[in-house]
Amino acid sequence: MIGPTLSQYLVFSALLFCFGLYGMLTRRNLIAMLMSVELILNAAALNFVAFHHFLYEGDVGGAVFPVFIIAVAAAESAIALAIIIALFRHKNQLDVQDADSLKN
Amino acid sequence: MTSTGFWFIDHLWLVPLLPFLGFLVVGLFVQKSGERPASSLAILAIGASMVLSWGAGWEYFTANLGRTLVPLKFEWLRFSPTLIGNMGVLVDNISVLLILVVTTISFLIHVYSQGYMHGDPGYPRFFACLNLFTFSMLGLVLSFSILQIFIFWELVGVSSFLLIGFYWNKPSAVAACKKAFIVTRFADLGFLLGLLVIGYYGKGFDFIYLTSPETIKNLEQTRLPLLGVSVLPLSAILVYAGAAGKSAMFPLHIWLPDAMEGPTPVSALIHAATMVVAGVYLVARLFPLYAATEAGLMTVMVIGAFTSLFAAVIATTQFDIKRVLAFSTLSQLGYMMLSLGVATMDNPLGFTASMFHLTTHACFKALLFLGAGSVIHAVHSNDMRDMGGLRRPLPITHATFLIACLAIAGVPPLSGFFSKDEILAAAWNGEHYVVFAVAMLVAGLTAFYMFRLYFMTFWSYPKDMHRFEHAHESPLSMTFPLMVLAVPSVFLGLVPFSHYVSIGQLEHHGVSIGHLEHHGINWWIAGPASAMGLAGIALAFLLYFHPNGVPGKIAFAFGPLHKLVYNKFYVDELYLFFTKSVIFRFISAPFAWFDRHLVDGSMDWIAQTTLLAGNKVRSSVTGRLQTYLFWSISGAVILGAIVWQIGGTVGWTLAFTGLGLVAMMFIWQFVLQLLNRSEPLKRIKQD
Repeated sequence: MIGPTLSQYLVFSALLFCFGLYGMLTRRNLIAMLMSVELILNAAALNFVAFHHFLYEGDVGGAVFPVFIIAVAAAESAIALAIIIALFRHKNQLDVQDADSLKN
Repeated sequence: MTSTGFWFIDHLWLVPLLPFLGFLVVGLFVQKSGERPASSLAILAIGASMVLSWGAGWEYFTANLGRTLVPLKFEWLRFSPTLIGNMGVLVDNISVLLILVVTTISFLIHVYSQGYMHGDPGYPRFFACLNLFTFSMLGLVLSFSILQIFIFWELVGVSSFLLIGFYWNKPSAVAACKKAFIVTRFADLGFLLGLLVIGYYGKGFDFIYLTSPETIKNLEQTRLPLLGVSVLPLSAILVYAGAAGKSAMFPLHIWLPDAMEGPTPVSALIHAATMVVAGVYLVARLFPLYAATEAGLMTVMVIGAFTSLFAAVIATTQFDIKRVLAFSTLSQLGYMMLSLGVATMDNPLGFTASMFHLTTHACFKALLFLGAGSVIHAVHSNDMRDMGGLRRPLPITHATFLIACLAIAGVPPLSGFFSKDEILAAAWNGEHYVVFAVAMLVAGLTAFYMFRLYFMTFWSYPKDMHRFEHAHESPLSMTFPLMVLAVPSVFLGLVPFSHYVSIGQLEHHGVSIGHLEHHGINWWIAGPASAMGLAGIALAFLLYFHPNGVPGKIAFAFGPLHKLVYNKFYVDELYLFFTKSVIFRFISAPFAWFDRHLVDGSMDWIAQTTLLAGNKVRSSVTGRLQTYLFWSISGAVILGAIVWQIGGTVGWTLAFTGLGLVAMMFIWQFVLQLLNRSEPLKRIKQD
């Protein structure tokens, strides 16, 4: 069977994770940060599936967990979007650098 | 419960309980419903308790004379299997006598207050406190153990505090009630120590146990481990300190004259029936203990004799009518104490005389105070120089007051003559001739200052016409107690007192009573004593019957001496000096410094350090989401690194670095505080 090996999957997921982390720390737009969070979650889900496929094929845990992650991600983005809308109404923009009312 | 088969004695516990219930009901429920219900309830309570005690007195003195009964007893505190604090009711001759005196006098004072306090805004409160005071005193008298007496002792202190400070919006009353409380409380420290010593070495608190010969012998032979002195005189003198505080013996007498700030009925109650006689009663209660130790008896006698002379001398120069009476009380209490001091177990005449004088004194002193209250009520002044000629507007007060003055002066055949004569006889028989001479002198002085008071108030001529014209006789509720009290003031001396109250060999009472009893009157002693009294009266008559310049001239001739006496030998000033420049400066000030700088200081320092650390860390809180994210991720990385190194040296290094930083911060803050450079607390105040 020809296809990507486990380490290739892992490298890919690590890349996804790093992109997500980088985006989360640097992007100033809240929606872009939210997208970065999704990348990180997907990197983790990919890891689960890869390990399930290559190492623990009989164990359902690795197959079920991504489903949970997807569900949680959906719920999380729903809440995050609600917060974003509230913030936008309040400040009329979405720059996280300016949302610092808890300063000091 | 050990029933004695006598209804009143078995129900003697009701006697203190009823005034207490009266206190609760009046104090809690009838504060708002006017004067009539409050005073009626209070008088009802004390009246019922008076009836009960007369019943018990009848049963005791007719059927049980000389026996010690315990109608009620229960275990209250078990300190150890052998040391048990019991509570109960102790019935013997002196406790029965005292409840008769206390309930009767207190009842009359309640009735009197009904008129005297009329229209006062604190009327219900006054009656509630009066009931509480009576309850405390009755509980004290009926106490079964020294522990119980201590509790009621303190209750008496509290209720006297409440009553002396009754006019709480008057600063002098507030000062007086604090003074009374602090001085007596200070003396009670001695009592408490004595109680603990007795309890620890004697292994019991019950009076019956403590006064038994075995216990006394045991206490006598026990010696303190450190000082090597016998426990018995030590505990006797410590307990006496408490008794001296309550009975206002020199040098703890300073509270009593100031206690005049309370309403006059309270003064009457304090001086006649409650509070001050508590000290005498305590010494009498523990008399076998005192009789077994020379030092204890000597202390009681010397302090008593000195106080009686000291106070009598001061009383001759005072102008405040209540103050004269207060010093007279001091003097008479000294009399009772010295009388206890000259008695022994073999020759207990002094003991009987002391109790006798306590009883007669309670009657005529209550009468004097209530009479003085009636006078003050009429002229609205305490100063004898404002009075004069009051015999016409106040005929009943005048007559009863004269009777009381004659009684206290020891004119035969009034009550004071008999009790005073018995004290003098006891001093003579005990071969204490110096004390006898002092007592004789005091008898003369007493007559002099009492009649000085009497002539200045009721004879002479009115000095203040305005006050004189407005003076009118008090209402019946006030004159009735005066008339009732005048009866025992005259006739009480005829009671064969030593037949009823005595101590020593109680079990052989019938045998020994013959030589214990003081047969008739020894005119070799009574004659000179009456002569002294009459001389005092005559002198007062000469000096004060018609106003003249002689007293002023005498005072001028003695100049500095008169000033010294007039200012009560400057004892108050001495106390003030001592407390201010010794205790406050050398004890309180260092303690205050320690508290402010070291105790508070260390707390302030911790607070300031925390605050400063907070200020430093504050700048790291940017409020920006991504900064937090960065820190949390870095934290995760560092934690990961530590775990990766599996504890080991890196973990410890990190931990110590962190701790070191915190410690450095604290030290830096401490240095700042020492240099007075730190400001954060002030900033808090500004915020």
